[in-house]
Amino acid sequence: MIAERPPANSSATDDWRPSAEIDRLRQRAGHLAAVRQFFQSRGILEVDTPVLGACTVTEPAIDSLRLHQREAWLQTSPEYHLKRLLAAGMPDMVRIGPVFRADEQGRLHNPEFTMIEWYRRDWTLAALMAETAALVDALLGPGPYQHIRYRTLFAAAFDLDPAQAPLSQLQQAAGSLLAAPADPTSLTRRELTDLLFSQACAQWAAAHPGERLFIEAFPADQAALARLDTDPDGVAVALRFELLVDGLEIANGYDELRDAAEMAARMSRDRALREAAGKAVPASDQRLLAAMQAGLPPCVGVALGFDRLLMLALGASRISEVLPFAQDRA
Amino acid sequence: MANYSTNEFKAGLKVMLDGDPCTIVENEFVKPGKGQAFNRVRLRNLKTGRIWERTFKSGESLVGADVVEVDMEFLYHDGEHWHFMKTDGSFEQVEADASVVGDTSQWLKEQEVYTVTLWDDLPIAVEPPNFIELDVTETDPGIRGDTATGGTKPATLSTGAVVKVPLFIDIGDKLRVDTRSGEYVSRAK
Repeated sequence: MIAERPPANSSATDDWRPSAEIDRLRQRAGHLAAVRQFFQSRGILEVDTPVLGACTVTEPAIDSLRLHQREAWLQTSPEYHLKRLLAAGMPDMVRIGPVFRADEQGRLHNPEFTMIEWYRRDWTLAALMAETAALVDALLGPGPYQHIRYRTLFAAAFDLDPAQAPLSQLQQAAGSLLAAPADPTSLTRRELTDLLFSQACAQWAAAHPGERLFIEAFPADQAALARLDTDPDGVAVALRFELLVDGLEIANGYDELRDAAEMAARMSRDRALREAAGKAVPASDQRLLAAMQAGLPPCVGVALGFDRLLMLALGASRISEVLPFAQDRA
Repeated sequence: MANYSTNEFKAGLKVMLDGDPCTIVENEFVKPGKGQAFNRVRLRNLKTGRIWERTFKSGESLVGADVVEVDMEFLYHDGEHWHFMKTDGSFEQVEADASVVGDTSQWLKEQEVYTVTLWDDLPIAVEPPNFIELDVTETDPGIRGDTATGGTKPATLSTGAVVKVPLFIDIGDKLRVDTRSGEYVSRAK
């Protein structure tokens, strides 16, 4: 291997250099080619979707970057456009490309990252999880997978049911964390649940090194764009999964909601939550709603963070180590 | 003082937390894809030296702390307070009590320069230089020429510190000591 200059620290004179070592970028190219090969071999079409869209998601905890000059948003995922393509008759397809999230920056976050998102028509969520695992295996090699329900994972860490526990118990659990919030009572139920869930995931990962975990049956209020179902205990749950590898959130999948009226209601709820939190309130995407009214075929879909998967494949500890230019050098 | 939001937190930033000045050691952004963003922050309490871990909702802010580290010469100990003077030519003096000086008292030598942490112009911590030269005031008689056996004995230094030294060291010898580990380094010329 030719010795390359290591990435320099961020001194003013040297910050023209890439964030990642050149050799890592070579490996990135190889893995990206393997991803495209994976989808090609399965007959899944690669499509392009706009980076800049007229609308954006109304998710309460995902903030979009907005253009100054006109009403346009950098897309946080290709989901809405892919669903419009599905409604228009496109077969199974994948989009591999950049997405943007405002203010998400840290060791495991960059405001711009590469998302792999694909859809399967008439598939079950179980089949999609198996295919997601196959893609992960293609990059990381085979590994043991486990499946756990959100509620079970939460209870294992805190002996609490996230949907039923009184707010005071969630506050108490948050207050006893090593890195406790300054004032747990200042957090909403959803915020407390998110904080505790992160901790539960970290605890599970620490206790099961090297194992990959599918978390299923999310609380109904975290359905996002997933269909709802009733679990064997009669509790409403979202048909949604997440994949954790070494404690790192890698993928998020749904059995896709197809009911346009329900979609519109969720957007309204999200917008009210954003309004109450003093955040920007994007308009509901009428083109997505119209596509769903025209008819979204039964489908499942999953979004996977390519850069994080690459971090795991290359043993990187920071996302910037696998990006040509992370935000601080972009 | 200014307010600092979580996205401005970085190592070395001085902020107020629970009424104490702290320096940020580490700031980790934590966020489930669809969930609330948090910052898990490690801070060192500058008064006690203790490390605190605390979680903040991203976007929350803390008030900055007026904390500076200045070089100051140790002047004298009056029995209760240790007196220091700025080396910037201003001759400004501060006095620090035992709760501030703490274990550093065993390394305080007159005319030596120390790093004093001032919060709102009052001292909250005193750090010695990494290496300091001090005279031996008390130890067992030296065994001449014994530089090879590797044996050690305790020696009391002029500031009161007790360090392990090689057997050949005598009263009146000047020693170079590492204040971080409290270990003998060498005989000073």
